[in-house]
Amino acid sequence: MNQKATTKTTYHIPIGPIHPALKEPVYFEFELAGERIVDVNVKLGHVHRGIEWAGMRRNPIQVLYLAERICGICSYCHPAAFALAVEAAADIQVPERAEYLRVIQGELERICSHMLWAGVAAHEIGFDTVLYLTWQIRERALDLTEYLTGNRVTKAIMMIGGIRRDITSDMLPRIKKDMLYFKDNFEKLRHVFLDDKTVKMRSQGAGILTKDDAIKLCAVGPTTRASGVKKDVRVGESYFAYGDLDMKCITPKDLTGTVNGDVYDRIIQRLLEVKQAIELIEECIDKMPSGDIVAEPKIPKLLSQLKKTNGEGVGRHEAPRGEVIHYVKLDGKSECPYTWKVRAPTYNNILPWIPMLMGEQIADIPIVAASTDPCMSCTNRVAVVSSGRKYELTKEQLHNLSIEKTRRLMK
Amino acid sequence: MRFSMLPSVFAQMFKKPWTNKFPAKYTPSNTTQFLKDVSEGKAEIIPPVQTPNGFRGKIKYDKEKCIGCKLCLKVCPCEAIEFKPKEKKIKIYLARCCFCSQCNDICPTNCLSMSDEFLLAGADPYSKDLIVE
Repeated sequence: MNQKATTKTTYHIPIGPIHPALKEPVYFEFELAGERIVDVNVKLGHVHRGIEWAGMRRNPIQVLYLAERICGICSYCHPAAFALAVEAAADIQVPERAEYLRVIQGELERICSHMLWAGVAAHEIGFDTVLYLTWQIRERALDLTEYLTGNRVTKAIMMIGGIRRDITSDMLPRIKKDMLYFKDNFEKLRHVFLDDKTVKMRSQGAGILTKDDAIKLCAVGPTTRASGVKKDVRVGESYFAYGDLDMKCITPKDLTGTVNGDVYDRIIQRLLEVKQAIELIEECIDKMPSGDIVAEPKIPKLLSQLKKTNGEGVGRHEAPRGEVIHYVKLDGKSECPYTWKVRAPTYNNILPWIPMLMGEQIADIPIVAASTDPCMSCTNRVAVVSSGRKYELTKEQLHNLSIEKTRRLMK
Repeated sequence: MRFSMLPSVFAQMFKKPWTNKFPAKYTPSNTTQFLKDVSEGKAEIIPPVQTPNGFRGKIKYDKEKCIGCKLCLKVCPCEAIEFKPKEKKIKIYLARCCFCSQCNDICPTNCLSMSDEFLLAGADPYSKDLIVE
C-alpha cells in the first residue's frame, strides 16, 4: 500500500452526483491512468423518495397510480408488475381480452422507451441530428399512446384484474397506420444507426460486457441479451398474453451472427426489440378476442375483496429496461398492503457498469453508462440516515438486515 | 452515403415548422396583459393543439348529483379530495390532483367527469381556479 502511494501514476476523478453528462444523480469515482480507466466505483442513493413507504399507507388501487410515478418512462411497467402481484395474492383471473390489451400497451411503451434511448445514445456520442430524427418517430408513438390512453406519459390504464380503457374497432385503423409508419421508418433508423461510420467508430468495441459477466452480475433486459444471454421474462414466464403470441428471445446474433456485448450490440438489440414490439402489437390486434376488459367492474367490491385477502404475490414484468419485480403482501386486516417491495431493472444493471467501464477512455464514459439505459430514481430504495448523518452499511450488516426483514414478513 | 442527408435538408427548407405557436407567435412580455388584450379583442390567440378524446384534464363536478358517499375519497391516490361533512359534498384540490380519473370510475352517480381544460398552472395552490367544489 505504502509502495503504491509512492509510485502512484494514476489520478482520481469524481463525477457526479450532479454533472452535465449525467441525466440523473449518480456518483462515480474513477481511477485513471492517462486517459484509461483503471478502477471504477459507483455510489447510489441520492434520489430516494420513499415511495414504498407511501404505498404501505394506501390501498392497492391508490398504489397503482403511485407505482406509475416510480418511473416516468416505465409508467406502465410498474403498475403492471404491481397488478400482477396483487392478482397473484388475491387469486384474480384476468379476462382474456384484457391480457391482449395489456400486451399492446406494454409493447407500445417499449417502442417509446427504446426510441427515447436511441435518441439519448445518439446525443451522448455527439450526433444530435439523429436525436431529432429518432424523437420525431418517437413523437408518433407518444401520440398513439395519447390516443389510446388519454395522456402521453402517465397513462393511468392499469387496473387490478384487467385494464381501464378498451381499444374499440374504430381505433384499429389508426393503430395499423401508425404501425406501418414505424415499420417504414424502422429501416431508415436501422440504416442510420447500424451502417453509419460515426456510430460504428464510437460504439464498436466500447463497453464490452462478456456473457460470463452478464450472468454473474445478474444483468437484465437488453443489456444482458446484447451479451448473448437469452433472458426474457416474456418468454421464460408466460404472463399476460405472451404465451399465445409468436415470440422468441432475440439477441444481436439474429442480425449479425456474432455477439460481442459492446455498445453497438446494445444498439442492435434495442432496435430489434422495437421491431419485435411492432410485430407483437400487430399480432395482438389480429388475435384479440372480444369480451370483458376487467374481472371486477365494481371497484368498491374489488376493494373489499382485497381487504379480506391474506396472501402474498410476486409480479414480474419485462419492462423496456429489463425485468421488474414487485412483491406485495396483503395481511387481510387493513386495506393497505402489509409490504410492498420494488426491484427496478436498473438495480441489476448497475454492477455491469464496472466491467464495461474498465479499460475504457474518459470520452466513452457517457455512452457506456447510458448504454444500459439507467434510471436512477427507480432504483433507489433505501437511504440510511441516522441523526441527520448518512452512513454506509457493510455487506454482512445488509445481509443480516434482510434476513431480519424476511423473518418479519414471514410472521 | 456521404451526402445522404442532403435531400432531407432541402426538404426541411420548404417545410412549415411543426411547432404550434401557442399562445402567440412571440412570447408576450406580460402574459396577464396579453390575456386581458385577448378578452378585449385587441390581440388574437393562436389556439392550442387539440386534446384527444379521453384526455384527462380539469375535473368537472356536478354538485346536484353528488350523494356524499365518500367513495372517491377512498380511491384518490393523492388525497386531493376533501369531504365537507355539513353539506355532504366534496371539495377537490386540483393542485394535488394527479388526473388519474379513478374518482370518475368509482362514482355511483357519475357526478364527476374529466374536461379537456389543461391550462392549470398557477402560483397559488389554493386559488379559486384550482379548487373544484
